Amino acid sequence: MSLAAEHLTVSYGERAVLHDLDLSIVDNQVTAVVGPNGCGKSTLLRTLGRLLRPDHGRVVLDGRRIDHTPTRQVARRLGLLPQTPTAPGGMTVRDLVARGRNPHLSWLRQFGSEDAAAVAHALDAVGLTDSADRAVDELSGGQRQRAWIAMVLAQQTDLLLLDEPTTYLDLAHQIEVLDLVAALHAEHGRTVVMVLHDLNLAARYAGHLVLVRDGRIHHQGPPAEVLTPQRIEEVFGLRATVLADPHTGGPLVVPRPTGS
Amino acid sequence: MGSGRRWTVLAVLVGALVVLAAVSLAVGSAYLAPDVVWHALRTGGGGDAATIVRGVRIPRTAAGLVVGLALGAAGAVMQGHTRNPLADPGLFGVTAGACLAVVLAMVVLGVRDPAGQVWYALAGSALATALVLAVAGRGTGNPVPLALAGVAVSALLATVTSFLVLSDQPTLDTYRRWVVGSLAGRDLSVTLRVAPFVAAGLVLALLDARSMDLLGLGTDTARGLGQRSALSRCAGLAAVTLLTGAATAAAGPIGFLGLVVPHLARRLVGIPYRWVVPVSALLGACLLVAADVAGRLVPGELQVGVGVAIVGAPVFVTVVRRRRTVAL
Repeated sequence: MSLAAEHLTVSYGERAVLHDLDLSIVDNQVTAVVGPNGCGKSTLLRTLGRLLRPDHGRVVLDGRRIDHTPTRQVARRLGLLPQTPTAPGGMTVRDLVARGRNPHLSWLRQFGSEDAAAVAHALDAVGLTDSADRAVDELSGGQRQRAWIAMVLAQQTDLLLLDEPTTYLDLAHQIEVLDLVAALHAEHGRTVVMVLHDLNLAARYAGHLVLVRDGRIHHQGPPAEVLTPQRIEEVFGLRATVLADPHTGGPLVVPRPTGS
Repeated sequence: MGSGRRWTVLAVLVGALVVLAAVSLAVGSAYLAPDVVWHALRTGGGGDAATIVRGVRIPRTAAGLVVGLALGAAGAVMQGHTRNPLADPGLFGVTAGACLAVVLAMVVLGVRDPAGQVWYALAGSALATALVLAVAGRGTGNPVPLALAGVAVSALLATVTSFLVLSDQPTLDTYRRWVVGSLAGRDLSVTLRVAPFVAAGLVLALLDARSMDLLGLGTDTARGLGQRSALSRCAGLAAVTLLTGAATAAAGPIGFLGLVVPHLARRLVGIPYRWVVPVSALLGACLLVAADVAGRLVPGELQVGVGVAIVGAPVFVTVVRRRRTVAL
């Protein structure tokens, strides 16, 4: 599996959001893309997932330009979860997860036992087997996000792109979702790229951080190397102290009180 | 929801439609005994009974079936593609285009005969859809620019139609009979002309069902799952144009049916569009034939377009008040 962006420039109208950006996704690793609001991190993920077409440059998946690869074929290698997705009212978890089989189905190959097995496996991986027949809109925020992740898992791709999977969740539910992401990486060897807002959670759950500022990669590498007080001030305009996380020893960003 | 229950719903609706069609043949402002109707159906021949049954009631029932199937399915496809529970089959300018084309045919070419107006109505709805697509431009993958373009184009076409109609008395007289939406006085040849378009639209709508299921999760998710959204959008638009254009050509604009029926269908068979589309089509036909029969029993006869609105409005209000079924 390999996914890379080469000389990527993306604009909305006149405004360029990404400028000549290069990025190689590290195989078999959890990568978190972080940066201030409007820095282009979501745009980067959406372009990697072929939802946006770059003005210049290209995205290359397994040695082939992603926009020259049939979209269903891409969907068998790369699973994508957009920001705050919504399901139709009353839809069951099982029905939602079954939609993840779409790239493997056609008029000649209808939903069969292999697909049912993939759905069951995905439900099991996110711990929702017992809630499979409940409606998605009855679930708690954390369970709901796990159901959506199960849908992407049912696609059976090695690579997962998650756009802010913890948005609108309280801290306990954020941990619940990120623990799941960590397990997918550790137990199933999946490569994950996710956009996150919270630097401390990104540092804890990602092996590789990509720090984006003004549509360019400011720095990337292991969290302890990327998250320094100087870089945080450069990128976020925030004065902070970086401590050692008492549980993991990783970096823990503590903002200084304003005016101190 | 098991597929057993869904098959039952489908079977019950087919049965109901057969019964309603029989009632539609048997009931009318002129009283005919059931055995007289049966005799006229089987043997034909002359006489008043045969003239009424074969010349009036059969064409009217056939028009009700075809138009109802078309509008029900068109409503389901329109709501599936826009993810908007308030979307009506006429949203993308289809109905307004058909109306303007019929009026132009009357004013410019002097076409007064309903059978001749069919082709103009069909062409008008297709052109209006093309215009909406052109106005929406690159936003074809996204329903919002399409809906905005549809509303704008519909308003423009309706203004031109009003201008033409109001400036010409004879056209106004013919047009107001057409525009109210009626199954009466439509020759069987009108229905036979639009039937192939309805059939093509129904096939396209069924083929599009899986796309609509994916679109229900949002455009981004659908594309992430490998859907070619522009292609699917065009298929849906083609289905709506064929179905609504053909229905409007045959019976004039009939509101509410396409808006209400998909909500009832979802109540009965749940979310998957491979069930919602056929059940909406059957429900549409049942309701339209029933409304037409009911309208005949009112003194002086009520046009079916009016009848559907009278029944449809309260049903729709009920649907809207139960918010859960409304989230698509």
